[in-house]
Amino acid sequence: MIEVKHLTKQYGGFTALHDVSFHVGKGEVVGFLGPNGAGKTTTMRILTGFMPASSGTARIAGYDVFYDSLEARRRIGYLPETVPLYNEMTVRGYLSHMARLRGVTRRKEAVSRALEATHLGDRADTIIGKLSKGYRQRVGLAQALVHDPDVLILDEPTIGLDPKQILEVRELIRELGRDHTVILSTHILPEVSQICGRVIIINEGSIVAEDSPENLVAMVGGGERLFVDLDAPREAALKTLREIPHVVHVEPGRQRGYEVTCAAGADCRAEIARRIVGSGWGLLEMRPMGLSLEDVFLKLTTE
Amino acid sequence: MRNVLTIAGREIQAYFVSPIAYVVAASLLIIMSVFFAWYTSDPRGMAATMEYLFGPMTTLLLFMVPMLTMRLLAEEQRSGTIELLLTSPVRDWEVVLGKYLGCLALLLVLLTLTLYYPLVMSWFGNPDIGPILSGYLGIFLFASTLAALGLMASSVTQSQVVAVIIGLGLNIFFWICEAVSDFVSAPLDVVFAALALRPRLPDFTAGIIDTRNVLFYLTFSAVALFLATRSVESRRWR
Repeated sequence: MIEVKHLTKQYGGFTALHDVSFHVGKGEVVGFLGPNGAGKTTTMRILTGFMPASSGTARIAGYDVFYDSLEARRRIGYLPETVPLYNEMTVRGYLSHMARLRGVTRRKEAVSRALEATHLGDRADTIIGKLSKGYRQRVGLAQALVHDPDVLILDEPTIGLDPKQILEVRELIRELGRDHTVILSTHILPEVSQICGRVIIINEGSIVAEDSPENLVAMVGGGERLFVDLDAPREAALKTLREIPHVVHVEPGRQRGYEVTCAAGADCRAEIARRIVGSGWGLLEMRPMGLSLEDVFLKLTTE
Repeated sequence: MRNVLTIAGREIQAYFVSPIAYVVAASLLIIMSVFFAWYTSDPRGMAATMEYLFGPMTTLLLFMVPMLTMRLLAEEQRSGTIELLLTSPVRDWEVVLGKYLGCLALLLVLLTLTLYYPLVMSWFGNPDIGPILSGYLGIFLFASTLAALGLMASSVTQSQVVAVIIGLGLNIFFWICEAVSDFVSAPLDVVFAALALRPRLPDFTAGIIDTRNVLFYLTFSAVALFLATRSVESRRWR
């Protein structure tokens, strides 16, 4: 559905995007992850036809976003980061206006459907300027849906919302993911692992990783990590732990205990327990420590 | 075409919920009424003609039209709503034309409100309808040219203040072109004379509809709208 090949964007001397290539298949929900200024919004603006690329191609549902811009735009629902809305219009009026601009034929139905999907029913006749941020975000989502596009491009859809609203929007996106192809950008990591089947990590204009959240964690994790807490003097504990076969790395934990990294495929747990108890120490805690997507992200974007 | 009408419809709606349209209309009518009262209070009587009023009207429009056009594109560019507009399946020229027509509709309403004066005159006198109608046509063409210039001014900035200043500046420039051409030697004097907006109006108010004048205003507007479209397009490349 979305095909990006060798996309490059330069503003004067500054290269915002450098040789970016990726694809999103029909029905996928893909997360576009990156620190601020990485190029997420630029990529989305190119995909939606707001600005042209310096070189490279992008296609939406087979239509080139530059040469067949109008056809491509018809199939896209876009929510910009700033959620720009016409404050003087009512929700219903605004959605009806956007529906008309997008060429929707059965407008009343389409607007009702969009209102229902975003739970805006009871605010349909409120003036947009009077809505809270959470509701405005929903109106933004509604306008992206009103013409039932194949592709949804959402730029930071949960930014600035309170936790309850964030949950609602995420649930909504999950639902939408069933019938639409979605690409959303964010720098809120838990969001991505919860909603997206695949993650593309971008940093300073280039893609640094692309895979499912689990695979990324596994790839950067490099092996099983265990959290071990024992009552023993530090030096002795470190020495003992490091001597265990298949243990690759040991480092003191943040507040207490130790983070022990085991070689991939090996299971050190039994041996660790044996050695600790065998040395006369108490084994207080041993649990697996998954690498969070946070760590993956930081690792990939700061090296 | 449908997109043009959709956008025009929204602009008209926006005009009626914002105070600026009402303020401009009220100011226009108040000032015009002062002139009207002044002329009709002349004890020697007054010829039942709109000629005395079209003059002040054109001067007022020179200042007021930029206030009506200033938000058309500048506000969308400032608030970011232009991003959703330009990523919808709508062509750039449809956006410009739609906004232009929305503004013209408002101008039409404004001018219709001033029909009050010929109406009053017809109760007390015998106004010659021909020159009044052609006069209104001339004023409308003149106002729509100012609107095109104002829209162009609005397209180059995010600030409504800057838009109104540029619009005003352009209006005044093309107004005084006539005087400038007197100061300047050939061949520039011909150029300035050709660009002048004012000299073409007296024909209309006298009852003469010269197609050259009509074409002049239409072409002028078309060029301004073309430049406005280019300006909108250029936003994408920045």
